[in-house]
Amino acid sequence: MTVSARGALREKTPSESTRALVLPGRRQSRHSGSGWRRTPSVLRGIGGWRSVVWVAPALALLIVFVYFPLVQNIWLSFFSWSVFNPTPEFVGTANFVHAAQDPIFWRALFNNVAYAVVSIIFQVGAAFVLAALIEEFVRGRARAVLRAIYFIPSAISITVAGLLFYFIYQPQSGILDVALQHLGLGSWAQSWLGQDSTAIWAIIMMSQWQGFGYTTLLYSVAIQRIPRDLYDAADLDGVGPFSRIRHVTLPLVREMSTLLIIVTISGAFQVFNEVMVMTAGGPNNSSQVLGTWLYRSGFINNQFGYAAAIATVIFVITVALAILQMWINQRRRVEW
Amino acid sequence: MVKQHLSFWGAVGRLLVWGLLIVLVIIVLYPLLWMILSSLKDNNQFLSDPFGFPERLNWHNYVDAWNLGVSHYLINSLIVTVASVVLTTLVSAWAAFGLTKLVIPFGNIMLFVILGGLMLAPTVALIPLLRVLQELGIYNTLLALVVLYAAFRIPFITFLIRSYMVDLPHEVDEASRLDGCSRAQSFWRLIFPMSKPIIASAVILQCLFAWNEYLFAFVFISSDNTETLPVGLANLSSTLNTDYPMVFAGMTLAAAPMVVMFFVGQRYFVRGLADGIGK
Repeated sequence: MTVSARGALREKTPSESTRALVLPGRRQSRHSGSGWRRTPSVLRGIGGWRSVVWVAPALALLIVFVYFPLVQNIWLSFFSWSVFNPTPEFVGTANFVHAAQDPIFWRALFNNVAYAVVSIIFQVGAAFVLAALIEEFVRGRARAVLRAIYFIPSAISITVAGLLFYFIYQPQSGILDVALQHLGLGSWAQSWLGQDSTAIWAIIMMSQWQGFGYTTLLYSVAIQRIPRDLYDAADLDGVGPFSRIRHVTLPLVREMSTLLIIVTISGAFQVFNEVMVMTAGGPNNSSQVLGTWLYRSGFINNQFGYAAAIATVIFVITVALAILQMWINQRRRVEW
Repeated sequence: MVKQHLSFWGAVGRLLVWGLLIVLVIIVLYPLLWMILSSLKDNNQFLSDPFGFPERLNWHNYVDAWNLGVSHYLINSLIVTVASVVLTTLVSAWAAFGLTKLVIPFGNIMLFVILGGLMLAPTVALIPLLRVLQELGIYNTLLALVVLYAAFRIPFITFLIRSYMVDLPHEVDEASRLDGCSRAQSFWRLIFPMSKPIIASAVILQCLFAWNEYLFAFVFISSDNTETLPVGLANLSSTLNTDYPMVFAGMTLAAAPMVVMFFVGQRYFVRGLADGIGK
């Protein structure tokens, strides 16, 4: 954060530009128009267009594969077409009306919201507590080892994690039910992924197992950036470790918390992989999320316009969150 | 901990915290250990004795998984990962160089267009991308995955490298300019080598992304011999779901490279993650 604050300042400090202005004239004239940054504006010339080649590949890839499809998707969400009827036909807002009347769409939206809420509890709330406890109670090498162990599930792919828990949740051979039976809780054992009431929650909990180490690591980095003297002051006041976490650490990582909440919600609305691997949205569409329902509507049910409309809903939600995040980032830079 | 003497309740609290940390270690590691142990069992033992150690080490599960497609998936994943890492890192580093060290007409707009991509979710582009890929004739090819992985990650990787290059001392490129370096020479000989630490972070993060990506690989690849590991594994488990230990062997093979990579490059990894989100 300090690095970024310096970076942001560097670009704006007046001393940079004034220094460029007082460079001996010989240098300026020899290199004017070369397209280099920070030459005085009057002497820039037109050579700058040659510098565009450095940025052009990135722009080209983004425009062809990100921006163009995105704009087209919004456009297509007002049309109806399928493999059998490949010419898009304008239908106005019919696809969105369809979504509003589609119980599975609402179920999917509910599941995304559930995903977001549970993930905030575990991957932001619990992750903060965990990171703070590690920084407070663990010293030296053990600290790095713990953080690394918690991170391992994030390094393996969510497909592998999903498959692994698919087997863990199995009613007969899965270790969850067998363990419950060993513990005398056999009545709790059930087909976690096979029934409407538990499928999405089982998937969400797998996702917490996979993701909490990642946010714990980020919180650890944020906590280590807190100036030590703030803790020394708390020590002089004779505060114990728990109230030190509550009154010193928590307020000072507020920025990270806000960012993580937004990133987590945004991620929750893009969920696809784990649901597809573990239940493909079933049973009875009870574990559909917007991403999988979009896929099913378009690529299986052949309602591409409807799928595009669902994508537009995801687009609106994620972009709104991203703008909120940028706004918070911007504000923070000024504060620093 | 500055305090020398812990009170009774302090000691209890400390004990509880360590208890919690260790329980979490078990919750994280046990499923992974179970995966590895299960991959070495035979099918009967897997079903009858889920918690036991393998009676014999059935290494042939790995051989079977390898022969039943994992070798193809692994090679495909390797090709896609290496190609997309090279493409993404180079294109992003060029863009970051252009945006921080050169004067570009409408530079701010270009910066906005590139970083604006950070906002956009891949799911949103799924339907139109099908047509785009078909019209370019690269639907169902590894090339499609390479360019998609690059296009959707360039915003993040450029953001990462750019924030590092902004902090490189201005005197360096000024000096190179006075020595008569061209822009290309300055990039390849000075700026790129000086950015090595952040390039390492970018490479590691992009490796992890490309190796594990599922959505595009699932939707835009439709034949067995172009599938990458995540999709291939999911298929392996659904089509051959009678031989579970073999599926576990495949999962272990898929997971191992990135776990090893994380431990080897942990320093750069953490830095990349922290810089990526903490800014």
